[in-house]
This record gives sequence, structure tokens and C-alpha cells, in this order.
Amino acid sequence: MTELYAVLAVILFTIGLVGFLVRRNALVIFMCVELMLNAANLLFVAFSDHYGILDGQMAAFFVMVVAAAEVVIGLSIIVMIFRSRRSTSVDNETVLKG
Amino acid sequence: MMPMEFTAPTLDYLLLLPFLIVLGAACLGILLEAFLPRRVRFVAQAGLSILGLLAGLVALIWRWGSAGRGGADPTAGSASGAVSGDAYWSAQDGASATLMIDGPVQVLWAILFGCALIAVVFYAERHSHGGATAFTPMAAAIPGSNREAQAAQAGLIHSEVFPLTLFSLSGMALLVAANDLLVMFVAVEILSLPLYVMSGLARHRRLASQEAALKYFLLGAAASAILLFGVALLFGYAGGFGYEKLAFALSFRTGGESLLLAGMGLVAVGLLFKIGAVPFQSWVPDVYQGAPTPVTAFMSVCTKVAAVGALLRLFYVGLGGLRWTWQPILAGIAILTIVVGAIVAINQSDVKRVLAYSSIAHAGFVLVPLVGALTIQSGLPAGQIGSVVAVEFYLVAYGLATIGCFTIISLVRAQGREVTKLSAWAGLGRRNPVIGVTMVIFLLSLAGIPLTAGFIGKFLAFAAAWRGGYQWLALVAILGSVIAVYIYVRVIQVMFFQTPADDEDRAEVVQPGMPALIVLALCLIGTLGLFFVPGPLLDVFQAAGSFLIPSGS
Repeated sequence: MTELYAVLAVILFTIGLVGFLVRRNALVIFMCVELMLNAANLLFVAFSDHYGILDGQMAAFFVMVVAAAEVVIGLSIIVMIFRSRRSTSVDNETVLKG
Repeated sequence: MMPMEFTAPTLDYLLLLPFLIVLGAACLGILLEAFLPRRVRFVAQAGLSILGLLAGLVALIWRWGSAGRGGADPTAGSASGAVSGDAYWSAQDGASATLMIDGPVQVLWAILFGCALIAVVFYAERHSHGGATAFTPMAAAIPGSNREAQAAQAGLIHSEVFPLTLFSLSGMALLVAANDLLVMFVAVEILSLPLYVMSGLARHRRLASQEAALKYFLLGAAASAILLFGVALLFGYAGGFGYEKLAFALSFRTGGESLLLAGMGLVAVGLLFKIGAVPFQSWVPDVYQGAPTPVTAFMSVCTKVAAVGALLRLFYVGLGGLRWTWQPILAGIAILTIVVGAIVAINQSDVKRVLAYSSIAHAGFVLVPLVGALTIQSGLPAGQIGSVVAVEFYLVAYGLATIGCFTIISLVRAQGREVTKLSAWAGLGRRNPVIGVTMVIFLLSLAGIPLTAGFIGKFLAFAAAWRGGYQWLALVAILGSVIAVYIYVRVIQVMFFQTPADDEDRAEVVQPGMPALIVLALCLIGTLGLFFVPGPLLDVFQAAGSFLIPSGS
């Protein structure tokens, strides 16, 4: 049973990673990162169940709190970018290059 | 189902005191920000941060002196360099420790606090910027808008950057002490989240600064997600988060190698991203260039110290049994990082970007002794300098020279703004010999030329790799450092032997204020002093011992 959950988690993580690499909208990229975090959460809970310990479930709570903090920072940065450029596409971010 | 019993963790609060002081100062800073009138806020915040860091250092030194007293003190055994398993386990009340404050952690804390202190003094520099700080007066205002102009005219000053720095620093302190995968992940996040905001606070070129914040945030968030997935896989392999659990599973578990290797790889990716190793370096030049220069100085040094400390502990304590697997991989990454950093830097036309690529190259150099893994466990004779001390010394030398360089960059101005275009620096050294020569010393230290601390750092680093059985890596790293010399020689050549093309493009060194002078003096004394008398510092690092590793794993 744990294997199935692990496989599902890996699939979710891969979807998130691929989305992170190919999508161009900062918000969608950010959602892909959240998907990766949740894939890790699923894995924590699955392994926690496998070993019969609560450590993994506790970890999932830590991850949720961290993810929430990350959303606060991330959305504010994205909103700031949107207000100054009227766009959240990462292709428009070209001031810095070398 | 059995009722779960909660056992309160035993914490040695005195050992944790330096960390708690910094965290407390950060929380106090938030309160000051809310309650103090605007006029006094900046001075109060700067003073609080500096006092907090000084108090942290004092607490550290105080506990340092008294380490080795009593059995409940995990550092007790580290002074002699050897720890018996019994003493270790009893010190932890039989439970695995999520935080481990041993000798190397205290050394890394001292380096972190010291470098952060210098960086925070640099934050307070206003004189050379015409009374304004390097930070935007109102981060929420749209760049170029009326509100921004009004805020600048009203002389508003951003002082949130001080508590943000302290929060980030407390994450770094947590990271080097983390003896547990979950704590490590949380620490990485505490370290990163304030940095994302801080890189978007530059006063000038705000669009570039915001772009740096976005790039740093998106890539950093992905890197921590990758790290977290690695943590989950390692949790699945070991059945727990503690590094001891991991080391134990490495010795006794059969099967599950794919979990272990994938988990190790992903966690390493997350940490290597933080130190800016190739191929995870793409954010470094953009963020270093876009962020306000004092923030760049802080993060280029302290983030690297913290992440290297975490890598050391993870690979030596948690994954020490897997050394034959990770050594070749990290050796490859080290070489790639040195070569890419050194070669791409040659092509850069912006001083901050040159330093960013140089910092990438240095991430490679600092991995060299780490790969050598010359520790007591791998047969380091007592009293000799091993990998841990070499890494620590290298970080000190790198940190002093880097902060010094960025301070000088912030002093090179035209029309009240920093000028980082390399061509505008032409002839700067001849017009301002004092600043010019100071910059040359920092650059030579980064290059690893004798008469500077960088030389001793590189020497110790390569020697540790050589004696650890990685002779070829040491040789390649020496070749790499020869290439890297060219980066710095190029900047020196522009500063002293070129004449500016036209006068409009010319940058001048402005008169530094007291904070900048203090920073430059400290960095200069450190850089030169550690070449002529490296002994005392090395003795202190040496006496601090190596990581506590429970015997039996």
C-alpha cells in the first residue's frame, strides 16, 4: 500500500516540477511549487503510516505552516511585480541579465 | 489505539542562548517598528540589531569558556576531539537531539554573527548616500510613482530590514545546528523567506530589485520543495528524521537504496542551491546584482556559511556511512562550479555580477575540503587541521573579503547612485589610491594571493582535500584558482591601468561615513591579520573539535 502512495507522490511531484519548468506565469509556477510541497506531504503521511509512528504526520503540519508563510511572501512579491509591470509573466522579467 | 505520551524535550537553554538572543532581538525589532515614532526608528533599529548581535557573540564566548563542564553539556567531549557514545547518549537523555550544539556549530555561529554584525553596520551607512540608506523609502509604492517620490521627499526610511536580517540570521543559526532533517527544512525556510523580501528593497533601480526578489523567490521556493521531497524520501528510508536514525539505518537496513540515493540527491540539490553551486547557480548573479548592496553582502556571506555548515553536518554525521558514494559526485560538482564561476566571470561587464560569479567559484572551492572529508572518523591524526577547520577558515577569509568588496562598491557613485558598470570604474584606483589599494587587497584575498587571508584559506582547503585522498581534486582546484585569479586581475587592471573613455561615464568614490569606515577597517584588518597571524584563530577552531557523532553508527 505504501508503494502506491509513494508512486502517487512521485507522480504529483513530477507534475509540479515539470509545471515549474514549462509554465510562464509566476502565479502558476507558484502553484506548481505548492503541488511539490503537497506531494512531499503525502509521502510523509504514507511513510508515517508504514512505520506506525506519528513523526511524518507531525512533519506534514510543519510543512503546511511553512507553505502558508511562503504564500504570504510569494503572493506579496508577485502582487508587487504585477503592480509595477501589469504582468506576471516571467518572460517579461528581463532587466537583469549578463 | 494507545494513548500517545508527550515527553517534553530537554533543552540546554544556556547553550541555545546566543541563538535565542538573536531571535529575541528580531522580535523586539518588530515591536519597535510598530510603536516607535518614525524619526528615531532607524537609529533604534540599527542600535538594537548591533547590540543584539554583540550580546549573541558575548553569550557565545561565555558558553565557549564554560563548555566542557558537566556531563549534560554535549560540548563536553568535543574539546578533546573524541566523544564516547555513552556520554553522548546520556547527554541527550536517550533521545536523539534535533539540535546539536557542538564545537563546529559554535564556531559557525561565531562566524555567522560576526559577519552579520559587519553587514548590519554596513546597513547603517547613510553619509555616503547623501543621508539616505540603501533601501527604498516605501517598498509598497510603485516604482516611479508619485507616492514613491513623496516618500523619498519626506525622507522616509525603511528600517524593517534590520529585524528581517536578524530573523534570517536566526534561521541560519538554526540551520547549522540542525541535527534533524525536518528542523533543517524549517531552518532553510526561516533563512530564505526574509531574504526574498530583502532583495526587493533597493532604493535605486527598483524594477531590477523587484525582479531579483521574484527570481530568488520562485527558484528558492522550488529548491526548498525539492529539498523537502528529499527529506520525505530519507524519512521513508530511515523511519525517522534524526541524523542518528539516518546513520543507524545506513549501517543496519538492507534494501531501500533507491529511496536513500534519491533522497540524498534531492536534499543535496536544495542545499547546493543555497550555496550557489553549479548547476544550481542561475539565480546568483541576478539576485546579487538586483538586491541592495548591503543585503548582497549579508546574503553572499552568511547564506553560504549556513548552507555549507548544514552540508557538512548532513554528509559527515547523517550520511557519513555513504561517503564513497557522495564524495565523487560532490567532487564533480566542485570542479564544475569552480570552472563555470571562473570562466563566466571573465565575460561580465558589471562589478556586482563579477563578484557574484566569483562567489559561485568560491562555493566550488569550499566544497573541495568538504569532499576530502578528512575528519577524526576517517583517520585524521589528533592535532592536525582537518576538513571542518579548513572549511571554517575558508569561510572567514571569504566573508571578510566579500563584505569589504561590496562596501567599496556601495561607495563608488555617480549622481548619487551606485555605479557598477565595470567600464565606469576605469582609473578609479589612481584617483583614489586609498580605496583603490583597499579594494586590491580584498580582491587579492578572494584570488588567494599571499599576504592575504585568502591564501591561507585556499592552502588549508586544498591540503585537506589532498590528505583526504583527493589529490586529483586538489590539483584541479589549484588550476581552477589560477583561472580565477584572472577575474580579479581584470578588475584591478581596469581600476588602475585604464583611462575612462569619456567623462560622463566616470564614477567617483564618495566620502564614506563612519559605519562604512568601520566595516572597511574590520575587513581589512581581518584580511591582512589572518595571513600574518592565522595561528590563534586556527587554534580556537581546532580546539572546538569536530562534529559529535555517536559511536556505534
